[in-house]
Amino acid sequence: MSVMLLIEQVLNGLQYGVMLFLMAAGLTLVFGVMGLINLAHGSLYMVGAFACAGVAAATGSFWLGLAASLAAAAAAGALVEVAVIRRLYDRDHLDQVLATFALILVFSEGTRWLFGSFPLYLSVPEVLSGAVTLPGGIEYSLYRLAIIVAGFAVAAGLFWLIGRTRLGVRIRAGESDREMIAALGVDIRKLYTVVFALGAALAGLAGALVGTIQSVQVGMGEPVLILAFVVIVIGGIGSIKGALVGALLVGMTDTLGKVLLPVAFGTVMDASDATAIGSALASMLIYILMAGVLIYRPQGLFGEAH
Amino acid sequence: MLRESWINAVLLAALVAVPLWALAAGEPFVITLATKVAIFALAGVGLNLALGLGGLISFGHAAFFGLGGYVAGILAWHEANAMPVTTLPFTIEGTNEMLAIWPVAMLVAGLAAALIGALSLRTSGVYFIMVTLAFAQMLYYFAISWPAYGGEDGLSFYVRNTFPGANTFDPIQFFAICLVLLAGALALSWAIRRSRFGLALMGARQNAQRVVSLGIRPFGIRLTAFVISGMITGLAGALYADLNRFVSPQMLSWHMSGEIMIFVILGGVGRLYGPIAGAGLFILLEHLLGGVSEYWQALLGLLLLVVVLFARGGLIGVLSKEARDG
Amino acid sequence: MNLLKSTAAAMTALALAVPAQAEDVKVGMITTLSGGGAGLGIDVRDGFQLALKLAGTDGVELIVEDDQRKPDVAVQLADKMIQSEQVDVLTGIIWSNLAMAVVPAATAQGKFYLSPNAGPSALAGARCHENYFNVAWQNDNLHEAAGAYANDAGFSNSFIMAPNYPAGQDALAGYKRFYEGDLAGEVYTKLGQSDYASEIAQIRASGADSVFFFLPGGMGIAFMKQYAESGVDIPLVGPAFSFDQGILQAVGAAALGVKNTSQWSKDLDNAANRTFVDAFQEEYGRLPSLYASQGYDTANLLLSAMEKADVADQDAFRAALKEADFASTRGDFAFNTNHHPIQDIYVREVIQEGDVFTNKIVGVALEDRGDAYAAECNM
Repeated sequence: MSVMLLIEQVLNGLQYGVMLFLMAAGLTLVFGVMGLINLAHGSLYMVGAFACAGVAAATGSFWLGLAASLAAAAAAGALVEVAVIRRLYDRDHLDQVLATFALILVFSEGTRWLFGSFPLYLSVPEVLSGAVTLPGGIEYSLYRLAIIVAGFAVAAGLFWLIGRTRLGVRIRAGESDREMIAALGVDIRKLYTVVFALGAALAGLAGALVGTIQSVQVGMGEPVLILAFVVIVIGGIGSIKGALVGALLVGMTDTLGKVLLPVAFGTVMDASDATAIGSALASMLIYILMAGVLIYRPQGLFGEAH
Repeated sequence: MLRESWINAVLLAALVAVPLWALAAGEPFVITLATKVAIFALAGVGLNLALGLGGLISFGHAAFFGLGGYVAGILAWHEANAMPVTTLPFTIEGTNEMLAIWPVAMLVAGLAAALIGALSLRTSGVYFIMVTLAFAQMLYYFAISWPAYGGEDGLSFYVRNTFPGANTFDPIQFFAICLVLLAGALALSWAIRRSRFGLALMGARQNAQRVVSLGIRPFGIRLTAFVISGMITGLAGALYADLNRFVSPQMLSWHMSGEIMIFVILGGVGRLYGPIAGAGLFILLEHLLGGVSEYWQALLGLLLLVVVLFARGGLIGVLSKEARDG
Repeated sequence: MNLLKSTAAAMTALALAVPAQAEDVKVGMITTLSGGGAGLGIDVRDGFQLALKLAGTDGVELIVEDDQRKPDVAVQLADKMIQSEQVDVLTGIIWSNLAMAVVPAATAQGKFYLSPNAGPSALAGARCHENYFNVAWQNDNLHEAAGAYANDAGFSNSFIMAPNYPAGQDALAGYKRFYEGDLAGEVYTKLGQSDYASEIAQIRASGADSVFFFLPGGMGIAFMKQYAESGVDIPLVGPAFSFDQGILQAVGAAALGVKNTSQWSKDLDNAANRTFVDAFQEEYGRLPSLYASQGYDTANLLLSAMEKADVADQDAFRAALKEADFASTRGDFAFNTNHHPIQDIYVREVIQEGDVFTNKIVGVALEDRGDAYAAECNM
């Protein structure tokens, strides 16, 4: 395997990780502030992708579609928070899991009712299409590069928002002491709605960005949801920094695992068997990683011991 | 409590009466549905031990359900093809005797539960939910890509396994077998609740510190409960394989874990008969709503939402108008 | 207990035109109508119902049920149809894993099964059954045709790729059965995988002169979009599943020019196909897909047998089915010794007609192809 190929795969892992971060950030934020497990986070990802595809098809502009994905996911998030999620904060995790599992069914079939059973068309905007040549002669998809840049920009924005703004102060206060922040006169119900909508918008953005190069279809959110959970558990639930590190770790492990494992097995057995066994092991790899991290550090890499 | 035991009696009576009616009315498919309810309820009774009594929210019980199913499928497949399962270190023959399959299914599921539990119980709360899910996913992906037993295609064995003195192909007789096992699991569950072990388990859920101060290690009792729970769910998996004469990785998927959990919650967490009510209601809804619209899953979702939001304590909780703390 | 029951007897207006039939045939259709992959089941159902409507027959009672793409649900529905509804014929299953779970039990209980889509190798070979007829293809067929096309096109260094599950392993084996060149690489992806960046990088680095891939459903859409963005311009070849009418619109221009193999195309020039394509568009307002054509052919096969024999007389009905005396949308069609099709498999190219992406035939990959497993079938 050449160095060039390896570098390209590292970029791919980075891009995958960045996408997972957008999903995981909302999930971990909602858990950290409200203590809620939201299985329907993947549905908000799907809403973002469908909104982007729908608006892009109607207006012919990818950028309007991207804006629509943020707006639609945030709106759907706020709506769901007010109608359902709000009633779940003081319930145990079990009720939360069941209620948000039910929401997945409603979102999936509702989307299928609105858009039909066939995948939608959504494609990369003209300015970002095609490949560029990076220093060292590596050819790489411009759109994927843009995703990496956008992902890190969002991460930076999120760290700024939480660390430096008034909203961030409230969010952090909400994480540590709910009574306290209510006593300070902050409208906690509104804060919760805003945090939930923010997480939803991030998921929607991820859905639109990924839907562009993958396939916009019902059920697209579920595999990503499970991966996002793996990410936040590895990183430590409630920690944005943990989500970023966890996402990059999972992205790299998955991408490099499926490339390197068959090659590694190929040195000791014949090529066809190595491909089959290597890919089988690669598909289990991130779960093995997660189990390993938790055995070593039960509260995740950046989680607080409890 | 009086009212709840009355409801329990009605539930059990309904589970017996419906198939008998179906037998008389010549509706064998209704018996198949009732058998499905009994099997899912059995899986739920297993999960309820960990979840209801021990407060261990496992999102990975499909692992045990699927393992039990695969044990039944693999043993039956080897018997049908007259090939030993393995010859090293000693020969293990396939079998189509349910009485031989069940202990193996429970043993394998129990061993898996011991391993998964020992690792997962180091964590708690959401982490526990997610680690159990991760282990089930590992098995799921393994089953899909391992070609020996059909991979994603699954494994068919065409002929239902046998039980001495019964014709298992007759729907009502197979139903009776499942019902007896369900009753046995309920009795075991009931006995565990009354035992010192059960009290310690519930104590560990409510106040781990106090149990520790009594000189009991919560880890040990939790692990024991998790293993028993996995074994019962594994037995249910073996029966489900026999119901369909087929196993596939679907039985290991996270949807399956979610469904088993739904049976328990829908009926009422921690209630002895909760899984029967939950599984019964779920199967009933699935079939009634299916006739209403192609988008019936959305209706199912809305109904589940209503149950969670407004009917705390599940079906039995609502009927007996008595809330209980999870 | 009416799970998605839609009984389509109907069409009595044309009853006078119907030839006298000995007895009604009850057909149970188990197919995927909800969740992921519902588009395929809906097309099979619509094609099947269209054929019944055009024939104007009231001799078929059709019961349609949704398997949700779950094998256990499919098995239970089959039990229901056999035990409670007492159907004569079963059909409809889309996926091989569901077919493997349902078909052997159904045929063992003396029912006919007509497969409108799945053709797993076991059912074509050692596990073949006299009551099982496949009206679509044996699973390997389109992959074999892709291999044959690769030879014709002069490719000698292919990179091949499929998901790591039995149908994927069969796909690569099918391609290699006919393909004579070298392999630049052989990769198994994860089932349901949606990002193919690392595979595309491997393709780029492999020095291949062609890429064969089998990635059904959303996997294929994702791969083709990402491939088009990557700047790699090695020609793609694949079976028709990733270039089906329902999927092409989601892939868009990224699929233009790609060669794919299929036993059917909407521009096949025969009378039956022209009737089918026009009637389908008129009835449902969309272009028909491969799956719709297979559903349509399945219904017409059934109707042709009903004209010749009574379903209660199993031997006569089986012989009538075996004759395949119906006008197939794909032209010549006959059954092999194992009751799987012998048919031509074409090479199609993805083109754009106005706003719509579709396929046109550019050649024949395999003529009168049966399958590799017929010899293993002792019927």
